Amino acid sequence: MDSYLWPLVGGLSIGAATSLMLWGLGRITGISGIYSVTLDKPGKDHFWKYSFILGLVIGGLIMNRFVPGDFFNYSVEGSPLRVVIAGLLVGFGTRLGNGCTSGHGVCGLARQSKRSLVATLTFIASGMMVLAIERFAL
Amino acid sequence: MKQYLLSLASGILFSIGLVISGMINPQKVRGFLDLFGQWDFSLAFVMLGAIGFNFFAFKIITKKKPLCSNQHYLPTNTVIDKRLISGAILFGLGWGILGICPGPGIVNLVTLNPKALLFVFSMTGGMGLFKFMQKANIL
Repeated sequence: MDSYLWPLVGGLSIGAATSLMLWGLGRITGISGIYSVTLDKPGKDHFWKYSFILGLVIGGLIMNRFVPGDFFNYSVEGSPLRVVIAGLLVGFGTRLGNGCTSGHGVCGLARQSKRSLVATLTFIASGMMVLAIERFAL
Repeated sequence: MKQYLLSLASGILFSIGLVISGMINPQKVRGFLDLFGQWDFSLAFVMLGAIGFNFFAFKIITKKKPLCSNQHYLPTNTVIDKRLISGAILFGLGWGILGICPGPGIVNLVTLNPKALLFVFSMTGGMGLFKFMQKANIL
């Protein structure tokens, strides 16, 4: 039961966060799009993005430093090369496809966007393919 | 000022959600993608919670103007093209290889785990490469 409760509560919190953004600023919370602002020339138009990213870091710090629990008890497995390849693919792919798990997954599906549905099914299938290849072909 | 505080609060709430849901744990994410192995579908409940919440909330919210803006900035692009699909494929490959997507990547920075830092650094590089190729009209 516990193993489903935490994901559900976390999901509701993510829903509340993205609804807060839409209610307050009228914006969709697409993290890959928001984060890519770090590559643009700084400007006042981007302040809301900077504060959202800052919020992500502050939330992480609160959970990591002040909230008991083994939430951060994991390791990132794989060689540095694997990490670099994954990072490049995630960065490039999310920009090319205009979104990631938050923009297409959480917000797009709630808006019943066909585009987001196709994107979400595709990246989940693509991710599952990696695991299947590792399991059966390697 | 109000809009920046709201955006900050949204980021904090999002981050807390990512942490308690288990989305920041790469092993858990890869377990969710391991359909033909020991499939751990508990992370489907993250999507269920988030999308379920937004499904109703978005409908109510978009009936009125946003608090700090005169309009909603909703995506207008509805084209399903090669770009969308190939982008999603590439992103999915990277997500499957390591088990980290952009949000959890940023949140994981607080652990100062060298691999978490390397991931975000490379992700930024991938985004930069896209920006460069787009500017150079390669894409």
